Amino acid sequence: MSATTQMGTQMSVIAVAIAVVRRDLLLALRRKSEVLTTLFFFVIVVSLFPLGIGPEMSLLRKIAPGVLWVAALLATMLSLNRLFGADYADGTLEQMTLSPVPLGLLVSAKILAHWLVAGLPLVLLAPVLGLQFDLDPRSLGVLMVSLLLGTPLLSLVGAIGAALTLGVRGGGVLVSLLTLPLYIPALIFGAGAVEADISGLGAGGHLSLLAALLALAVFFAPWATTAALRIALE
Amino acid sequence: MSNRLINWFRFSSPQTFYPLAGKMLPWFIVLAIAFGIAGLWVSFFVAPVDAQQGQGYRIIFVHVPASWMSMFLYVVMAAWAGFGLAFNTRLSSMMASAIAPTGALMAFLSLWSGALWGKPMWGTWWVWDARLTSELILLFLYLGFIALQAAIDDPRRADKAGAILALVGVVNVPIIYFSVKWWNTLHQGASVSLTKSPSMAQAMLWGMLLMALALWMYSIAAALARVRAIMLERERHAGWVEELPEMRA
Amino acid sequence: MNWGSTAEFFEMGGYAFFVWGSFGVAAAALVIETILLRKRRSSAIVELRREIAARSKNGS
Repeated sequence: MSATTQMGTQMSVIAVAIAVVRRDLLLALRRKSEVLTTLFFFVIVVSLFPLGIGPEMSLLRKIAPGVLWVAALLATMLSLNRLFGADYADGTLEQMTLSPVPLGLLVSAKILAHWLVAGLPLVLLAPVLGLQFDLDPRSLGVLMVSLLLGTPLLSLVGAIGAALTLGVRGGGVLVSLLTLPLYIPALIFGAGAVEADISGLGAGGHLSLLAALLALAVFFAPWATTAALRIALE
Repeated sequence: MSNRLINWFRFSSPQTFYPLAGKMLPWFIVLAIAFGIAGLWVSFFVAPVDAQQGQGYRIIFVHVPASWMSMFLYVVMAAWAGFGLAFNTRLSSMMASAIAPTGALMAFLSLWSGALWGKPMWGTWWVWDARLTSELILLFLYLGFIALQAAIDDPRRADKAGAILALVGVVNVPIIYFSVKWWNTLHQGASVSLTKSPSMAQAMLWGMLLMALALWMYSIAAALARVRAIMLERERHAGWVEELPEMRA
Repeated sequence: MNWGSTAEFFEMGGYAFFVWGSFGVAAAALVIETILLRKRRSSAIVELRREIAARSKNGS
């Protein structure tokens, strides 16, 4: 019996989910380079913008929310292939579909693990990079909250794209073409929240909308992802 | 099942739909041309000059119908794809794939004409107006659908994966439109709005409606023609294909 | 009538480039799509004829 079917018969469903999260975290820790290269990508992309635009602080302060958010978007997209790629290659994913535990739950667990490894570091790193753009502490706080709400949203929606393109040639670029249009509302509300805070309008509205999108995604994205996975594996 | 139900599903197989589509095709071409001529007539010879925008406003007779069609076709495409996924019918998925390129074309024409409208009216080739921006994203959604289906070799997997993407997309279109509108109104300072169309004289409305009908008939004809080609490509091993009159050299 | 002369019609009150640029590209796009569709159909038919001939040669 495979690990997951064993787990299914012996443990509660929640315990299985936690086990999947732990497994993915362990695997990610073993392949630290993948995780770290995505983070370095984030840092480098953010640093490229001042080099391309000029060191004038007033301008940089204006573009900071957008730049940081776009870089977070791109970094998340780069990491999407890791979400199902390894498990697809070694057959674990197929085993998961055969498991008595609902596939949707296993998928949600994997997405959570993906966010912990790919999204949460961005949330923690962003304020540091925000200092490069001379953002004040309160705006940095709003930036962190917007990314805290936004990066799980990006992982959830990105998972759909990753599942659809599983094993398809040209997968990496194709995932970008599919997911970027769907990321745009997150970008608008996320970066917009910081901009609203900077201009004194208050980030409340933007952040609430972002939270609403996250709630929607938590409900629907695992479902769509599961359907896409079954299609990819049949 | 009632007799009516059986009759309906009779055309859900490629074999029966192929000749039906072939018979319908010329009618839609005729309708497209008829509405097109009527629409162009109204657009140029009946609709009066606009007080603010002069003759330049006539671009709306291409821009607005193309926009309407691009959005309408996306919903229809998603519906067909959804049917194909739910009922596991090949033909429904083929219809979705047949509609996509025409829909993308409509989105492109909307953007192109929008740019040509924006330049003389507001001075720039591109305007980050909420509707134009949403139209651009809609074009990306179409291209994503087409690219995904092109990248997957197995036709049935391509059908179903495309269906999921189209359904996710159709749910997202209102979200995207709302978020872009929000973004646009909050940055009101620099933005201009193409929604400030000229005050609608009756003739202008008729012009847009007729042109929209023309594009609609055209789109149906294009989809029918394309789905027939798709059937020839995908059903190549089916017996009925060999029996077709066009196969006799 | 909207137009005094044919020249006025083509001029479009100075907006000729933009109006004809829009209608022209739209017309061209529809024509190109039609041509591409016909080509797609004829290459499918040619391909199928070839396959049918090959299959009958092999006696299937």
